[in-house]
Amino acid sequence: MIEIDKLAVVFNKGTPLERRALRNVSLTLRSGEFACVIGSNGAGKSTLLGALAGDVPAENGRIVLSGRDVTKLPAEARAGLVARVFQDPLAGSCSALTIGENMALAAARGRRRGLSPALRRERLDAIVERVRELGIGLESRLGLPMGSLSGGQRQALALVMATLSPSSIVLLDEHTAALDPANAEFVLELTAKLAERFKLTVLMVTHSMRQALDYGTRTLMLHDGEIIFDVEGEGRKDLTVEDLIDRFRRVRGQELSEDRLLVG
Amino acid sequence: MSAIAFFGAVELGLVYAFVALGVYLSFRILDFPDLTVDGSFPLGAAVAAVLISGGYNPWLSTLAAMLAGALAGFATAFISIRFRILHLLASILTMIALFSVNLRVMGRPNVALLNEDTVLTPFYRFGLADYLTRPLFLLVLVAIVSALLIAFLASDLGLAMRATGANARMARAQGVRVDRHVMSGIALSNALVGLAGALFAQTNGFADVTAGTGTIVVGLAAVIVGETFMPRGRLAFAIVGCILGSVLYRLAIQLALNLDVLGLQASDLNLISALLVLATLVLPRLRKSRRASA
Repeated sequence: MIEIDKLAVVFNKGTPLERRALRNVSLTLRSGEFACVIGSNGAGKSTLLGALAGDVPAENGRIVLSGRDVTKLPAEARAGLVARVFQDPLAGSCSALTIGENMALAAARGRRRGLSPALRRERLDAIVERVRELGIGLESRLGLPMGSLSGGQRQALALVMATLSPSSIVLLDEHTAALDPANAEFVLELTAKLAERFKLTVLMVTHSMRQALDYGTRTLMLHDGEIIFDVEGEGRKDLTVEDLIDRFRRVRGQELSEDRLLVG
Repeated sequence: MSAIAFFGAVELGLVYAFVALGVYLSFRILDFPDLTVDGSFPLGAAVAAVLISGGYNPWLSTLAAMLAGALAGFATAFISIRFRILHLLASILTMIALFSVNLRVMGRPNVALLNEDTVLTPFYRFGLADYLTRPLFLLVLVAIVSALLIAFLASDLGLAMRATGANARMARAQGVRVDRHVMSGIALSNALVGLAGALFAQTNGFADVTAGTGTIVVGLAAVIVGETFMPRGRLAFAIVGCILGSVLYRLAIQLALNLDVLGLQASDLNLISALLVLATLVLPRLRKSRRASA
């Protein structure tokens, strides 16, 4: 379970450029919940993910992951609880290392690392099995450098990496935004499948309202550092993109700039 | 080139192979350009020479030289990370400081090791000519150290270190304590260089405070030469490339000095080194651009 309590993040505090990126955001995600976060640029989506991951320090408030207060912990100290897939396919893995080595790194996420071989038998077998399930033929090419793969392949592997080791929450930061439509579709379907199979608790940031309604169990809309809309269950089923836009207008009393928020 | 000159070059190449391994670790794996080696090489030589001539066991003295090197490397990484000082500058500071430290360690500019027992002494008794025994001994030692290094870099801990240099953000997201890995990696790198210094003192019979000048260039040259000869992608190839590169580099220099038509003398060494490194840097790029335009 994830509890965010009155979380505030301020950038460039005390300077003329001071910006309140998150204003007392409170949010509780039950175990196994899959929440999609939408919002225009600068709404605070990425900041929310950054704060959960430990990249962005909290000004105020509390973040509790699986009962553990991680508010003050740096990213590497809470990695055992947080799995991530980045927007940039190059960011989430090491190009210079092989596919297998990247997988092995993720398999030990947040654990003590010792001197036993990273690609030891039982771990390698597990990795081969998980990569085989992708059905893209990479299981026989684990010795290839990660850098030789396409963006879509890398993101698919990044998802597998995020689920090799248990986590309290999986953070997906527009992880399909850099892919072509076909690959984005593939990676999104994979996301849904893995979330279902491992009962993951997911927070997925997306630019697409369509995705935010089609995937997951809950939709959150962020604007100006606040959650302005939160829907799940029955109320979410019949919701359309038009409804979302309408909702946004009513809450904010302003037109939604559609160039910045993809309707499709 | 005479046999003695040839094996002399091989021997020196194998001594500097440890430097190449250290430089590979800092420059290539951790992406941390570290010039400390110009100081940690003579530091290793000084510590080993002083301890051996003081009657200590040569193996223990060599180990102490490695620890001294590790400490020097740790100092550089610590200064760089803790005080947020550019890695190059931090390493130059340590390097300069080590010049004084080395003089303190030895108490004078050089220490001779004539007639002292070294790690090589037992092997001279096998009846092989000395100029063959030394490179053979070094080859075995290089093989052992390389095997250990490859095993380490393929372990969970070593993989975390490689990720640190390749993609620090990703490493952090995987729970890798990046700062610690840089510090221990640079310490390990300089321990290898300290080992090279200790072996240099024992194979050449002296330690000199000026012996470190240009160590980084030699190490880097070996790494680059190795990279041009070995296929990319596999760690073991890269490690073997470092050793091969170091030996080839020494042979090339020996050859250049031996070609009478060139009219070169020993004092031209640094010029040749610089030109050789430049050539190994530029040639592969020329080949690539020609292939691209073809």
